[in-house]
Amino acid sequence: MLPAATDYYRLLPEILAAVFGTIVMLLEPFLRREHKAALSWLGMLGAAAALGAAVLVRSDAGPAFFHLIQADPFTFFLRLLIYATALLVMLAARAYLDRENLPHGEFYALVLLGSVGMGVMAAAAELVTVFIGLEISSLSTYILASYRREALRANESALKYFLLGSFATAFFLFGVALVYGATGTARLEQVAEGVASVLLLKLGLALVFIGLAFKVASAPFHVWTPDVYEGAPAPVTALLSTAPKAAAFAVLLRIAGTVLPATLLWFWVLWGSAALTMFVGNLAALVQSNVKRMLAYSSIAHAGYILVALAAGTEAAYAAALYYLAAYALMKLGAFTLVAHLAGRGERRLTLEDYAGLARREPVVAATLSLYLLSLLGLPLTAGFLGKFYVFVAGLRAELLGLVVLAAVNTLLGAYYYLRVILYMYFREPDPTYEHAAREPVPAGTGLVLAATAAGTLLLGIFPGHLMRIAELAAASFR
Amino acid sequence: MTEGHLQTYVPLLIHMLVAMGLAGALLLASRWVGPRRPSRAKLQAYECGIPPLGDAREPFAVKFYLVAIAFILFDAETMFLFPWAYAFRDLGWFGFGAIGIFILFLAAGDIYLWKKGVFDWNR
Amino acid sequence: MLLLEHLWILLALPLAGAAANGLFGRHWSKRTVDAVAVGASGLAFAAALELWREFAQLTAAELPWVRSYFSWIVAGEFRADFALQVDQLTLVMVLVVTGVSWLIHIYSTGYMAGDAGYARFFAYLNLFLFFMLLLVMAANYPLLFVGWEGVGLSSYLLIGFWFLRKSAADAGKKAFIVNRIGDFGFLLGIFLLYWTFSAADFRSVFAAVRQMPVETEAGVLTAIGLLLLAGAVGKSAQLPLYVWLPDAMEGPTPVSALIHAATMVTAGVYVVARSAVIFVHAPLAQDAVAVIGCLTAVYAATIGLVQTDIKRVLAYSTISQLGYMFLACGVGAFAAGIFHLMTHAFFKALLFLAAGSVIHALGGEQDIRRMGGLRRKIPWTYGTMLVATLAIAGAPLFSGFFSKDAILFAAYASGQQLLWGLGTLGAVLTAFYMFRLIFLVFHGQPRFDEQAVHVHESPRVMTVPLVVLAVLSVVGGWLAAPKLWGGADLLERFLTPVLEAPAWLAAFPAEELHALELRLSGAAVLAAALGFLAAWWLYLQQPEKPAMLAARYAAPYRLLWNKYYVDELYAAAVVRPLLWLSERVLWQKVDVAVIDGAANGAAHTARRLGDQLRRMQSGNARSYAAWVIVGAAIVTAALVWWVQ
Repeated sequence: MLPAATDYYRLLPEILAAVFGTIVMLLEPFLRREHKAALSWLGMLGAAAALGAAVLVRSDAGPAFFHLIQADPFTFFLRLLIYATALLVMLAARAYLDRENLPHGEFYALVLLGSVGMGVMAAAAELVTVFIGLEISSLSTYILASYRREALRANESALKYFLLGSFATAFFLFGVALVYGATGTARLEQVAEGVASVLLLKLGLALVFIGLAFKVASAPFHVWTPDVYEGAPAPVTALLSTAPKAAAFAVLLRIAGTVLPATLLWFWVLWGSAALTMFVGNLAALVQSNVKRMLAYSSIAHAGYILVALAAGTEAAYAAALYYLAAYALMKLGAFTLVAHLAGRGERRLTLEDYAGLARREPVVAATLSLYLLSLLGLPLTAGFLGKFYVFVAGLRAELLGLVVLAAVNTLLGAYYYLRVILYMYFREPDPTYEHAAREPVPAGTGLVLAATAAGTLLLGIFPGHLMRIAELAAASFR
Repeated sequence: MTEGHLQTYVPLLIHMLVAMGLAGALLLASRWVGPRRPSRAKLQAYECGIPPLGDAREPFAVKFYLVAIAFILFDAETMFLFPWAYAFRDLGWFGFGAIGIFILFLAAGDIYLWKKGVFDWNR
Repeated sequence: MLLLEHLWILLALPLAGAAANGLFGRHWSKRTVDAVAVGASGLAFAAALELWREFAQLTAAELPWVRSYFSWIVAGEFRADFALQVDQLTLVMVLVVTGVSWLIHIYSTGYMAGDAGYARFFAYLNLFLFFMLLLVMAANYPLLFVGWEGVGLSSYLLIGFWFLRKSAADAGKKAFIVNRIGDFGFLLGIFLLYWTFSAADFRSVFAAVRQMPVETEAGVLTAIGLLLLAGAVGKSAQLPLYVWLPDAMEGPTPVSALIHAATMVTAGVYVVARSAVIFVHAPLAQDAVAVIGCLTAVYAATIGLVQTDIKRVLAYSTISQLGYMFLACGVGAFAAGIFHLMTHAFFKALLFLAAGSVIHALGGEQDIRRMGGLRRKIPWTYGTMLVATLAIAGAPLFSGFFSKDAILFAAYASGQQLLWGLGTLGAVLTAFYMFRLIFLVFHGQPRFDEQAVHVHESPRVMTVPLVVLAVLSVVGGWLAAPKLWGGADLLERFLTPVLEAPAWLAAFPAEELHALELRLSGAAVLAAALGFLAAWWLYLQQPEKPAMLAARYAAPYRLLWNKYYVDELYAAAVVRPLLWLSERVLWQKVDVAVIDGAANGAAHTARRLGDQLRRMQSGNARSYAAWVIVGAAIVTAALVWWVQ
């Protein structure tokens, strides 16, 4: 019993990303300093190749490697999301790395290798495989979080991330062991046949949930998020808040979708966690004066909305969650990329005061950031609105009136802090004593990322049909 | 199957509990029963020892860590070779190719470390 | 049938104007900006007129005329198209919105001349027009909601337009957030609607509702009605969510006229009227509409009695008049509500524009205590504002007379004599505060430094729209004058196919109806006269009296002056607790104490990096881990023991 060619074919995106990641890493020490930035092209080529492979593999859905891997429309959706995110992050990072005088090669290699892990998580149909993906992605992101070696704060937060992350992974692994103990298998399809009332299975699924809840930063396992998102280099924050989160959500979705005992067991935990996450994120964001940290709390809050869809547990709800993940990735990528650009050398300009009067100085930049913020807030004609709309409708269809009302109350809270940033940009002049940074033009790569995410935010808001159909197909994979 | 095959582990569990319980009980008992009258002289270092200077938790040079981590990584990865060797006959050329790729990836890491100068102790 | 086939043209015109001025306006001359902005809104008005002409040729079977352009949201069986619709109600709204908006665009070219953000202003104004038209032309609730939020956003941008004033920016934010509370109800209403009927477009929803029995007890329709009402209450500044509108006066005056008087704030009334079928089938919800409207009408009028900022008086007046429209809808006279919406759009826009002209003439003064005697110096402004005041006070044959009469008549005839009584009391108050305003601003002695302020009449571009609106404020009412006054009830008959006719109407024999109408009209005229006389006596004959009265009745006066302390109440009951929770509990206790506390403590004593890292490791991350463990324990316990 050996793997056949189709097995490799169905894992092609991850294989390509791994090969490109390794090549980038290997070439790095051989290149001269001034040529190293060129590695970004190779890195982006790798992500693009993985994307292409994902599209290619789409037509040949099915299991691979003895049912450890499942290449289905669901996998396809997440691969698109993960590799596109990686591509955009690399595109925006080049100018950032130049500005901060950080090494180029390793960054691209780590982003690629990390996305391999995330891709594996999305494709895994077996819990140990999930764990391997989780570790690959986590190790890369730990290093990326501490990429600014000179910045003390960044180091501190990265160390916390590493310690707590390992802690959470241990939870996950222990949970997998217990699930295996209870059912004698780690394949989700077979775990699904387990009996929900068995104590060992309950315990195992609880621990698996905890491990994943840490990765999606849902309360009460969110405590690491604000520090890490604030301390990490802004392009890394952009990555952290999108792709790994999407991958962890993918695992949650796949388990909830295929393993009936988990669906039943998790319901109230998902319910409570969703409510708590939304409130913690939104309430704590209210008083933040550091925009990066505010966006970190906003990420927590958004995870809460997605958990609402998970609690709803219907196919439409899963489709809504996927749609939300894509919409969320677009606006968060855009917002963090812009924050990275505006923060200036050493990421010093991050407070609201630094944004005062921005609309006067840089109208286009301010308008773009406003678009992301309005989308995060959930204004109609933006992707964020439709994401919430789909999730709320799905929640109501599943008779979760209470949770949906809580979610709606939360969108109300959210309006306050997103608007405050817009308020500062448009309606407030900086203190006369304030020292402005020299105006830096938006670098080409950053500009491209901004244009793509802004256009995407609008397009998904006005023409959501196409993506929604892909999401619905993806959600139908669990039937 | 769920409850059944777990029962084989029960003796192991009992063994563990007894071991931990015994160790804990002994520690507690000595603390509980034994008299403790600490004095300045008793807390000092033994007569032929030297008084401690500074904190024991001094920072090490970072190169120790680097080498140590590289060692652990390669060491852990060699472990994969054992099961491969065990099943070598069954796996045949496919297994040979697979482990070759695995070693290639390891080699890539090695080359990277080398070029980065990690092994240059005097740097 | 060009426009009927291509309804989107109506939307595209202002959107194109907004895009052009927003993107390139900064580099253009004032003349070009004017041409684009006024051109876009003027063409929109022309298109609306053409739409009217084409609409007249449609047969009843073709209504409502719906054109779907693409499918917007599709999720499972849920479906909402980007679809526009035209029926009688839409047509009236489109004509009023584009017409008034065009006039205000013209006026603004004079009023805003020389402002640094000139092009930006017009871009926002056109953007507003786009969303407003989307709101009234949408053929389903989700799309209506897009327009609904869009006008809120444009309003936010325009209120905060003069952002150098901190109060302006804060007012914008307040408006947006208070509106979100209503919107949240509105959105839930849409969800519930969809949940009940599996559709969200007007045609299917209303057809389904018509099949349902009238809910004598609270049921799903009542819930939908109340949720929609929550949205309407926010947008139309009714009790208890009215607090944003007075603050919104921080925006430029043409904005107050267009958005916060004539169009956007009436969107709530539009939604209630649009959902007439639902409200008629849910009498409890409809009663709520009537009661909220009536209370607001009187409540806001009492606050208006003592305000001294010219625009704030008008703002409270707007809130009060919107209350009348709600009252009309609440007693089933939806057509009367829309009628008042239309006449109010004319005279209230006029009042604001005239007030803007006064402010302009006095170089930015807004306090009516520092005005007076302007009658001769700015005669056009005076004349037109007087016309508008007569209209809003309900002087016979002016437009407000007919529309307010229709509402009070409906309140009385529907058997709600108490509401009628309150409404009539409101009419007295309205006449009083409006004439108080006129007398204080235009009559008596100037109370400003005549040497320092050079009073001048506004330029032609500003006075011409005033005159046009003044004419409309008079003749606008004749459109729908009831038969009693020789009219033909044109508007009401026009709207009948869309809006349900009130049930109580059939119960009256024709002669009795006329006799009642006549008596009630008499009462209304009497009420207006009473208010006028009181104002005349207090502010022209005995100008020292108001201060004496205020001193004698200090407590009630202070209560009114401070607007019943509602802002303070909201701050104490809602805003501060939330911020306290966020700052003191989540931020200082959890975030800072648990998370940053150890790190900060470390920074205090740290001498070496190693030392600091060690402390961080031992203190900070440990408390993190504690959090994770506690959470894990709860989750595990819940899953293992609690969940069955």
